[in-house]
Amino acid sequence: MRWLSLIAIAFLALATALLLGPTDVPAPLVWDALWGRGEPTTVAIVRDLRATRAALAFLVGGGLAVTGAALQALVRNPLADPYLLGLSGGAGLGAVAAIALGLSAAWGVPLASLAGALLAVALVYRLALVGGSLLDPRVLLLGGVVVGAFAASIMGAIMAVSPAPEIRNALLWLLGSFSGASWTTVTVFAAYAVIPLGLIWLQARPLDLLTLGEEPALVLGAEVERLKRILYFAASLLTAVAVAVSGIIGFVGLVTPHAVRIVWGHTHGRLLPTAFLLGGTLLVAADIVSRTLFAPVELPVGVVTAIIGVPVFVVLVRRWQD
Amino acid sequence: MAGLTFGAHGLTYRYPKAPNDALRDVSLQIGEGELVGLVGPNGSGKTTLLRLFLGLLRPISGRAVADGRATSEWSRREFAQRVGVVAQREEPAFPLRVRQAVTFGRYPHLGQIGRLSPYDREVVDRAMHQCDVTALRDRWVGTLSGGEWQRVRIARALAQEPGALVLDEPTASLDIRHEMEVLELVSDLVRERGMSGIIVTHHINLAARFVDRLVLMHRGAMRAAGSPRAVITPELIEEVFEWPVDVHPWRSAPQFIPLRTQERNTQG
Repeated sequence: MRWLSLIAIAFLALATALLLGPTDVPAPLVWDALWGRGEPTTVAIVRDLRATRAALAFLVGGGLAVTGAALQALVRNPLADPYLLGLSGGAGLGAVAAIALGLSAAWGVPLASLAGALLAVALVYRLALVGGSLLDPRVLLLGGVVVGAFAASIMGAIMAVSPAPEIRNALLWLLGSFSGASWTTVTVFAAYAVIPLGLIWLQARPLDLLTLGEEPALVLGAEVERLKRILYFAASLLTAVAVAVSGIIGFVGLVTPHAVRIVWGHTHGRLLPTAFLLGGTLLVAADIVSRTLFAPVELPVGVVTAIIGVPVFVVLVRRWQD
Repeated sequence: MAGLTFGAHGLTYRYPKAPNDALRDVSLQIGEGELVGLVGPNGSGKTTLLRLFLGLLRPISGRAVADGRATSEWSRREFAQRVGVVAQREEPAFPLRVRQAVTFGRYPHLGQIGRLSPYDREVVDRAMHQCDVTALRDRWVGTLSGGEWQRVRIARALAQEPGALVLDEPTASLDIRHEMEVLELVSDLVRERGMSGIIVTHHINLAARFVDRLVLMHRGAMRAAGSPRAVITPELIEEVFEWPVDVHPWRSAPQFIPLRTQERNTQG
């Protein structure tokens, strides 16, 4: 039942995304256009604009939610998220640097983002170990925010001095937007994301054990060092490819796993797939809000998720303190 | 499931950047089905020896073996199929129900994905029953008392169907009733199932009444090992703990009483 309701909500969000837009297209025509029937302009609007956008938002939301869930288990703290841990910032810097250097190929930018994300996560990890050999979650979050701010300022500098016109568009893209969605970006995201998603899914049971602590996980059979390397790599790659196609979108990875834990429980075998579905649904909904609230002007979707996510974060911090 | 044997052969360990060895040239055999109490003052090397046995540390020299194989050669999964551990500290980062916590004990036997088999469920149910936590199965572990949480963790170790149980300070924060219950449970389980057992504890008098053998650690070395009667003597205890004691014979094992300064002249 829970699965069915979740899938039903996901379909509802996707259907709404197909129906709403600046051009009024009645529902039966949207359905026809989806299968390639009807006027060519309508088909183009539904298939190449709305469907790609909804599909990309769904996949990115799902990917970010799974990344958030994996990072939360990794740092044993419910406040982790690719944005808060600085991965998104690093990935964004990698992407901006690649574009400024003229590497704007759809398949190449995610690799530059990956390099940025890995660099950021290594830096944050080093910072968090300053106090000793134990990872202090508070220092970890602080390090993530600091590294994120540092990456943002370098991105600002690159954009300020760069003559390339696409860099100026990058400002809007960096705040998170699906306006650049196309079947190419959907394919790029799906192709890059499938490996880290699979890697994380296969670690569902070791992830359960990791939430007990590293030593309890070891004595219950988890190869903790290998698991941590897999998770850092997979989380970096997922964040990198999400940032490369849609900019920096925070808080989906924070909010979604929490909602799932409250309703569906805490074991990762269930948590990960439900977080994917719900994260996708949430981001499709956020994208609908971003492009309809002040239509025809579009809000960056990262702004929408932050407006919803920051209050949730505040509530979580207060609960965590108790 | 046959009991596991542990062996230490000239085991030496030094923590990174430490000036002295934490453990120096320790040799020890723990036989099949034997219950051993590992005791000694703070910093005497008990926990270091335990961590070497569990393969959580690599010795600088010497060998730690389990079932005749160096612990470093075991995969964590293989080791978890044979050894159940109740560590000193453990705080789940996320809420967890008792039944799920005990089910984690089956993980070393499960594949990466796929459901629990009926046999897995049976083992979990039996482990919960034996540790008397069946009634707590749907509780969140965060709401349990210290004694209940300890029994849940022992149930989880049993669900691993191990050949050995290793417990680090299993009764440190428990009151008398819960402490006795945990020790009775562990010693019964070990004997019923022919498992081997290692208990690290500061409660030497109590441990002496449950274990086959006491291993007394002192400044990183093994000072004595033998029956409680052989280890709990005024000479050994006073030397190792640097405090005068009075030893009294008791039904199952001798018990010692640390003396107050004013009691020292009137002893005997």
